[in-house]
Amino acid sequence: MSVIPLIPEPGAPGAYEVTTVRAEPRRARRWYTQPALLSGIVIIAIILVLATGAPLFSSYNPNAQNLNATLLGPSAHHLLGTDQLGRDTWTRLLYGLREDLRIAFIAVLFPFALGTVLGSLAGYFGSWADTVIMRLVDVVVAFPFYVLVIALVFVLGPGERSIYIAITLVGWVSYARIIRGEILVAKRQDYVLAAQSGGLGSVRIMGRHLMPNVITQAIIYSMSDIVQDMLAIVTLGYFGLGVPPPTADLGSMINDGQNFLSTHWQLTTIPGLAVVVVGLGLSLIGDGLADLLRPGQA
Amino acid sequence: MGRMTFVLRRLLQLVPVAVGVTIIVFFMIHLIPGDPARTILGIHATPRAVALLHREWGLNRPLVSQYWLFLDRLLHGNLGLSLFYGGPASSLILSHLPPTLWVITYASVLAVLISVPLAMIAASRKDGARDHVVRAVPLIGLGMPQFWLGFLLIYAFAIKLHWFPVSGYGAGFFGHLRSMFLPSLTVALALAPVVIRSLRASMLNVLGAEYVTTARSKGVPGPRLFLRHVLRNAVIPAITVLGINIGFLIGGTVIIENVFAIPGLGQLMINSIFQRDFTVVQGVTLVFAIMVILLNLLADVAYAALDPRVRFSR
Repeated sequence: MSVIPLIPEPGAPGAYEVTTVRAEPRRARRWYTQPALLSGIVIIAIILVLATGAPLFSSYNPNAQNLNATLLGPSAHHLLGTDQLGRDTWTRLLYGLREDLRIAFIAVLFPFALGTVLGSLAGYFGSWADTVIMRLVDVVVAFPFYVLVIALVFVLGPGERSIYIAITLVGWVSYARIIRGEILVAKRQDYVLAAQSGGLGSVRIMGRHLMPNVITQAIIYSMSDIVQDMLAIVTLGYFGLGVPPPTADLGSMINDGQNFLSTHWQLTTIPGLAVVVVGLGLSLIGDGLADLLRPGQA
Repeated sequence: MGRMTFVLRRLLQLVPVAVGVTIIVFFMIHLIPGDPARTILGIHATPRAVALLHREWGLNRPLVSQYWLFLDRLLHGNLGLSLFYGGPASSLILSHLPPTLWVITYASVLAVLISVPLAMIAASRKDGARDHVVRAVPLIGLGMPQFWLGFLLIYAFAIKLHWFPVSGYGAGFFGHLRSMFLPSLTVALALAPVVIRSLRASMLNVLGAEYVTTARSKGVPGPRLFLRHVLRNAVIPAITVLGINIGFLIGGTVIIENVFAIPGLGQLMINSIFQRDFTVVQGVTLVFAIMVILLNLLADVAYAALDPRVRFSR
């Protein structure tokens, strides 16, 4: 917290000069000297390049079947072999990653926004707004995450749109809790009291003064939330409730492969390994961001 | 505050949550696009069947009275009729309950057995090499699809080593114990990173406490210090951590039951989804939420029973 002492200017009595004194110098640590953050960024960058540039790294069509070349092992033609319909596993892996990452990155935005808005309302206004929103949080967290997501996607009908709706309805609670907690602390601080006594409106105080200070925690959490969303998308795909076939999706790839587990274990393991690597990269970024943005607290 | 008052107070706090849960589960019908009865029964449904479902759910009444109808039936233990089997959904759910409870209990025990030693190793020398290794586990573990981990274990321990059956529930107590080891281990391994993380933190906390310093200065040997002074006080938070993550544990069970073909509620839920058996999906969702609420309460009560400070501080 910065201290703002009012020091009388020596030359002109009565005139005050406001000086800002930093409580303590922050440990100067640039993002590129943060090993966790750096390795996370490298992992995610490589995956994003591979996924977005999928057509550049493979000459096959991810959905093209070749019944003369089913269940092949790895070779120069098929880097990771082929599946039961003769589709190239490497190609499907790239396209599946692209699809799942795209949905996961979009899916995280809605609960982030909804939870942040509801969390700030609850934290800033307190009283009945807080009671209503926090009771709602209690109710949503009573449902196991996967149970509610699966049930909602079933009710809404499989597909991308349902995934977004389900993840939003279930996922906002964590953001609301985080932001509310941060705002409860921040709203007692001098800069907010100053803004309030200056007559600024609540919306302006929340948006311009509080938000930049409280959003950090939500951003850090969103990294692990993307991992959770990605896992949910893959799990839905595994149960056939995700992206409809034949679009490549890591979950449905694992599902296709499970029948050949004893003979062709790579069909099941490789798509899951890709998810683990994405999860590792994002967790490293999250941990690194946490160290960087709130030094001393990690 | 006495023990009973504490439990009663927690019970009362649960009432609004339970009501909220029933409202959400009730509203699931109205999230179905179009006419819910027609969508559920499919395009080949006869008008008579559609009309029957309309009557059963009271779809032509106002929303509030529909909810009262739903709640009234619920309080009489009536979850509606299974649209696929025709029988009451509640008996279907009851018959699938035991395997799920088995997996939940088994997985909790395994999670504690895995987490406590690892957290102790990590906390015993903070920032040492072992600590770093243990702290790296969540980075990999949290991004792991549970069903995929299940397949890895099946491949290694069932297909290659033949130590455990590939799937199934098993017969008799020891049959269950053997058959459900791999699925419970999968759920436990997915849960362990979270538990290890908080246990390590709480052990480090305890290690810094004055009574530990006192014990140390008295010359209590290391292992004894850890078991008698640190572990006892650090295990209590572990119960809370398990309680908080009970939803995660149950979610994992739902998925894993389908991988290992265990005839529990998770399998019932997914099967009912494929049979478009809406009433059963609705009922299972409700039962899972109630389970979370009750197990949370249980964790709170256990916490209060073990740590007298909790009862008096509220």
